[in-house]
Amino acid sequence: MGLLDYFSSQRKKNNASVAKERLQIVIAHERSRRSHAFLPKLQQELLDVIRKYIPIEDDQVKLDIERDGECEVLELNITLPEESARG
Amino acid sequence: MAKIIVVTSGKGGVGKTTTSAAFATGLALRGYKTVVIDFDVGLRNLDLIMGCERRVVYDFINLINHESNLSQTLIRDKRVDNLYVLPASQTRDKDALSQEGVERVLNELKEEGFDYIICDSPAGIEHGAHMALYYADEALIVTNPEVSSVRDSDRILGLLASKSKRAVDGDEPVKEHLLVTRYDPNRVKEGAMLSTDDIVDILGIKLIGAIPESEAVLAASNSGVPVILQEKEDAGQAYTDVVSRYLGEDVPMRFLTPEKKGLFKRLLG
Ligand SMILES: Nc1ncnc2c1ncn2[C@@H]1O[C@H](COP(=O)(O)OP(=O)(O)OP(=O)(O)O)[C@@H](O)[C@H]1O
Ligand SMILES: [Mg+2]
Repeated sequence: MGLLDYFSSQRKKNNASVAKERLQIVIAHERSRRSHAFLPKLQQELLDVIRKYIPIEDDQVKLDIERDGECEVLELNITLPEESARG
Repeated sequence: MAKIIVVTSGKGGVGKTTTSAAFATGLALRGYKTVVIDFDVGLRNLDLIMGCERRVVYDFINLINHESNLSQTLIRDKRVDNLYVLPASQTRDKDALSQEGVERVLNELKEEGFDYIICDSPAGIEHGAHMALYYADEALIVTNPEVSSVRDSDRILGLLASKSKRAVDGDEPVKEHLLVTRYDPNRVKEGAMLSTDDIVDILGIKLIGAIPESEAVLAASNSGVPVILQEKEDAGQAYTDVVSRYLGEDVPMRFLTPEKKGLFKRLLG
């Protein structure tokens, strides 16, 4: 194999490994979104429950899933309205 | 008890129909009573690949709408015993595939004593593809070694895991087999194409075989002969291997590495 062939084969080699790496990232992302398809519904139901006690807007409840190494953390943030904060 | 196998991919043009025709023919050659159903309503093509296009009288939608019965509608293959084709309608659209209708036809086929029911899915993830996979016991995931095809295959795996009848009923999941088609070992060796190992790593399902990129496939479709009947051709042999592996035989993978060429080839036989 000539030097030129060697370099062009190295460049092509990168092609497949770049494709693999990109696919692994995008598919991991899409799979995790699929497995969290329940999030919007959970958010709505939480809103309904919280509203029984505190008047809040839709955007005052935030639900997020964060990866933390092997673990996933479900993060729930509720911003209380001014009124109720003052008590 | 009949097994229902969907041949699906998400992405279009990757080789689902080619595979459905070859796989169904292979199972029938092994003595199993097999029917292959074209779910691509409105874009009928399986009849051409199976070489029975001039014998289509009634179709799947007629059957669903009680406009014909099974014996009027099924086309018996002239070359291979035990092999039947159920063509799609060319004039209707996919909404004509009602879930109750599909279920009833599948049940009639089971009562008819079929061993295998192969469902050739349309591309996409819409209603037609959903109906093709809904009743499946197993799935052949047809994937080309190319980024968009691999990603779409993963979408389909997601649908099988959430939207199939087995998933909805909480039964044992649909058994998934990865079939890589249009594989070019030379380009894989150069590092220009994803390898079967790469795709298995990414999708995490078991490989049932790789079908090489082959001119024999085009030739077979031109003449309406499923490529598996071309016993001298690499693609035909690769499909025969897939059928054997499906039936539980331990057949080593072939066509994964470049063919040895020239003097080298002659010396090594
Ligand atoms: N192993 C192969 N080698 C070369 N050509 C192939 C191979 N497999 C399939 N093809 C070609 O690819 C094209 C698409 O094949 P086919 O119709 O089987 O795909 P499909 O997934 O059913 O498409 P659609 O999504 O439109 O239903 C055809 O022209 C076929 O001849
Ligand atoms: Mg097709």
